[in-house]
Amino acid sequence: MQDKNDANRMRKELLIRIIKDFMNDTLAEKIDKIPIEIRPKGEASSRCCIYKDRAVLKYRLMAMLGISVEDETDESKSLSAYLADALKRDSFDEKILSVLDVACTSCVTSRYLVTNACRGCFARPCVFNCPRGAMSVVDGKSVIDYSKCIDCGICTQVCPYHAVIRVPIPCEEACPVGAIKRNHETDVQEIDFGKCTYCGKCMVACPFSAILEKSQIIDVLKAIKEKKKITAMLAPSVVGQFPVPLERIAGAVLAIGFTGVEEVAFGADMTSENEAEEFVERMKRGDKLMTTSCCPSYVETVKKHVPGLSAAVSETPSPMRYTSQTLKQEDPETLTVFIGPCVAKRKEALIDVNTDFVLTFEELAAMFVAFDLQFESVKPHEMTRPVKSSGRGYATSCGVSSAVLKEMKDAGREDIPDINAQFINGIDKKAVKMLQMYATGKMPGNFLEVMACEGGCVGGPCAIGKVKLAIDAVKKYADGPGIPKKEK
Amino acid sequence: MTICVGTTCYLLGAADLQDLENFLPADLKENVEIIGSHCLGVCKDNQYGAAPFVKVDDEMMSNATVSSIIEKIYEHRKGSSHAG
Repeated sequence: MQDKNDANRMRKELLIRIIKDFMNDTLAEKIDKIPIEIRPKGEASSRCCIYKDRAVLKYRLMAMLGISVEDETDESKSLSAYLADALKRDSFDEKILSVLDVACTSCVTSRYLVTNACRGCFARPCVFNCPRGAMSVVDGKSVIDYSKCIDCGICTQVCPYHAVIRVPIPCEEACPVGAIKRNHETDVQEIDFGKCTYCGKCMVACPFSAILEKSQIIDVLKAIKEKKKITAMLAPSVVGQFPVPLERIAGAVLAIGFTGVEEVAFGADMTSENEAEEFVERMKRGDKLMTTSCCPSYVETVKKHVPGLSAAVSETPSPMRYTSQTLKQEDPETLTVFIGPCVAKRKEALIDVNTDFVLTFEELAAMFVAFDLQFESVKPHEMTRPVKSSGRGYATSCGVSSAVLKEMKDAGREDIPDINAQFINGIDKKAVKMLQMYATGKMPGNFLEVMACEGGCVGGPCAIGKVKLAIDAVKKYADGPGIPKKEK
Repeated sequence: MTICVGTTCYLLGAADLQDLENFLPADLKENVEIIGSHCLGVCKDNQYGAAPFVKVDDEMMSNATVSSIIEKIYEHRKGSSHAG
């Protein structure tokens, strides 16, 4: 979940605008004017000047059209031309995140900085201890010669006044796997997609909002406008995202033009059942550990950074895949749209033939606003597909394991092995090291639940509800009765 | 006081105000009633400023945050205690 700040607000306002204009058939004509309308002459700018603001806005809009900022070859190409490209495409690429170079130049090149707290002391431990002789005292203050500095940080450790500070580069700090690094030629951060796990943490961390997610909103709106059959698949975390019960959210989804709406929680039930079965089988054959597989960012982490653990990752498909598979079986013509708090699902959807599009809760909420929809005037939509309450609990940390454990217990089987469940709640740099230890087989537990976002999916980078409240809401649904199967 | 939880206000900030009660100082907790409201209808009208909107007594606040709301409530309380 993103903190409340100006950059988030701007993104939401832009989304609302382009959705409105697209549905009014005026986007092609208006989109190139949006940056100017938002930053007109004579009004305040957020950066050095309105012209830079406008340039940044143009690239933000480009990403919202689903086009990588890095793919720009002709600077004079208009947004309306990009829109035309967007309307022609029928697939997406793996570059799900995109770095906005114009916005990203403001982080320091060196991590260490001598502040005013420096007293120019007699002992001068910084000068004495610097391994490269990069420290000297000029006019009574320590100065770093950045051509010699190697970012070792010894000066910060030895200064008795804490006068040398380490200035973080927020995206690098947030990335658990070192996938984002400065390109020293361009002075812009670059994402290495060979390492990126699509967790979205860099995007949330950047104070200049220079890391953009490529949206598929235009593609979904186009399908809605063409009156195609299109079903929204709401991730289990949905209940904590809006101030109304699930039935109203579902009603609102139908009111803006989706032809169907389903809970991904029913796919989660299938995941739990099969994962429970798989666990029993694996323990029987002598495996030491099985991990969950529903978090796509975790699956990418294992693939790219902890290959030793890949054999332990459950082969059971994720709730999204079961849901879209079921829907496509029932009606091959319907388009399926996963709606959740997640960046990495966009990546999973690229390999899942049954999921056509992925939207975020933020984009869904922007659609509600742009369609001028109010929850109280929406007809609630009664969900009918049977869903177990435990499937609805998938969106919080521990929710997946408790669903799988419950499934094993409910099956009433005699051959159930002893379960020692462990959890990794949020993948940060430390958690990646933990995973590497799990891969060596030296950690306790035979069942490991991993979620890339702290708190579970409710803490996802594209969630809009407050995490604490969202956790309560999801748990309330998970403790509820679910939707029972009808007696035949 | 009333917090607008219409879709616009919700997306643009009211989501963060939902648990306002937990942030109220002890002396206000007892005396303030928080009501979540449907769209107050002011978001369409630019003269009121930007979402999220909150109404303290009869005064409309734009761009409301937890701290600005608390400040406003104190302001109102002061006003009414002088009057009465």
